Amino acid sequence: MAAEMIVDIAKTFPGRQPITASLKVALDPSTVLILFGPSGSGKTTILRCLAGLERPERGVIRCVSHTWLDTGRGICLPPQARRIGYLPQEYALFPTYSVSGNIGYGLSGLSSEERRRRVAEVVTLFRLEGLEHARPGELSGGQQQRVALARAVARRPQLLLLDEPLSALDLPTRATLRAELRTMLRRLAIPAIVVTHDWEEALTLGDQMAVVSNGCVRQVGPPQKVFSRPQNAEVARIVGIETVVQGRIIESCHGLATVDVGSAKLTALANDESGSDVFVCIRAEDVTLEMEGMGVTSARNRLAGQVRDVTSLGAVVRVGIDCGFLLSAMVTRSALDELHLAPGTPVVAAVKAGAVHVVPRRDHA
Amino acid sequence: MNWLAIGVTLKLAALTSLILVVVGLPIAYWLTFSRRRWKFLVESVVALPLVLPPTVLGFYILVAIGPHSPFGRFYSDVVGHPLPFTFEGLLLASILYSLPFAVQPFATAFDQVDRRLIEASWTLGVSRLQTFVRLIIPLSTAGVVTGVVLSFAHTLGEFGVVLMVGGNIEGVTRTVSIDIYDEVQSLNYAAAAKTALFLLMVSYAVLLLVYAMNRKVWTVWPQK
Repeated sequence: MAAEMIVDIAKTFPGRQPITASLKVALDPSTVLILFGPSGSGKTTILRCLAGLERPERGVIRCVSHTWLDTGRGICLPPQARRIGYLPQEYALFPTYSVSGNIGYGLSGLSSEERRRRVAEVVTLFRLEGLEHARPGELSGGQQQRVALARAVARRPQLLLLDEPLSALDLPTRATLRAELRTMLRRLAIPAIVVTHDWEEALTLGDQMAVVSNGCVRQVGPPQKVFSRPQNAEVARIVGIETVVQGRIIESCHGLATVDVGSAKLTALANDESGSDVFVCIRAEDVTLEMEGMGVTSARNRLAGQVRDVTSLGAVVRVGIDCGFLLSAMVTRSALDELHLAPGTPVVAAVKAGAVHVVPRRDHA
Repeated sequence: MNWLAIGVTLKLAALTSLILVVVGLPIAYWLTFSRRRWKFLVESVVALPLVLPPTVLGFYILVAIGPHSPFGRFYSDVVGHPLPFTFEGLLLASILYSLPFAVQPFATAFDQVDRRLIEASWTLGVSRLQTFVRLIIPLSTAGVVTGVVLSFAHTLGEFGVVLMVGGNIEGVTRTVSIDIYDEVQSLNYAAAAKTALFLLMVSYAVLLLVYAMNRKVWTVWPQK
């Protein structure tokens, strides 16, 4: 039987929208499930229910063969009994303990010899050598994040729960640590559930993604699929990225990269090495449509293709274009009429290099 | 100076604050973290000695431990003598009288501990009791010390409750404040002045300790 996690819970707070989450995901080692949604959507509450820090009024949580919560049978395991590694927002390191004190904090059941060995092992794994005796207040944001993750991992939990693991960091650090976190999660081989509102984080880290809004899980699936094929308008609005396709960087110099996507080539602003697999993400608003043979523009990417479908969204229209890959564009109704766009019409889609977002793809080693 | 009275007083104050640590920490923990709706009832009871005249409190304690109450009868059956006008009776009264002086600083300190730290401790498999001992108390040292010292200082100076419950027995329940009162009553101002000065100095020294401790603790842990 495949290891899986079953969640079906309802939690209400006075004066707020009730949270109802229902999902079922396979939990293989190194699977990362993303809980994605805008702030206030209830994703943190769902994570806290999984950690046992909130008690849903009714519902069931099953992790592999353990029942953590079953209100019908009166079961609600406390956080201590769930064997989880929980990384709260802002990390919550213990100020009265050193780095190694923090990491060894949850290991009091082990002999002191075994505990020292385990702390040393995790310190090496997270490259914290030399900081063992430092206090949390003396560490940089990135170091604090590593210590908190090391502390969560030291007990060898069966599931990691990470709440916005990168949001407490400044932007440049965040980009570096995103890749680092991906490598680390893969190496740990512990399934993880990661809460985020950052779509780049979702694409970089996630194998599966659940979109949460207004307290409900709206769609579950592989991130690329959820981004490029949202089930309904609500999910589309939340994810905001209409085109997500796989590509490979074939050339990269001076911050400009050429990406092979389907049968097309795109120029993007990116520093990734050539040869690396990436997701190429383009917002539909950033795509301009023009007729064949019109003048020269500054847009680096001019892709000739054919209109595949036209979907009306009120004042604007979403146009699907087949140009070596499927690209979504958002244009106004008047532009549609002017260009006489209909399925089959040849058209040129122009995208500026800066609007082509390149996100390193999580490789499944 | 009446060294006997000073000895009784210091012994009473030390034992009172020691017992209040044992009794006050769990009460403060419960008051801080319980989600019961009737919590405020207990909170008010704990705070009562702050506003009640010591004679009123002393009167009720005297009645409660006296030979006509079930508790008083039980005590004298077990121990062999009644509780009022003994050192033990006085100790019990002091504990109740100084309860808010210990519990309130403890509870304030616990309340300032970041909940996320406590939750992080729980998710690391550490029980509530262990979390209390290993995380909450070390993070509340300043408040715990304040509570201990305040209840010590408060017991040093108590008068009304001692008079009601302890009486005035030389070497057993005669404390410094009662001794001063006695000396003044017999117009022995010089002796009263000496003992009063002694009490003033001890109290001041004790408060110096509290404020110095608090400073030190806060400069070591400014992150909060």
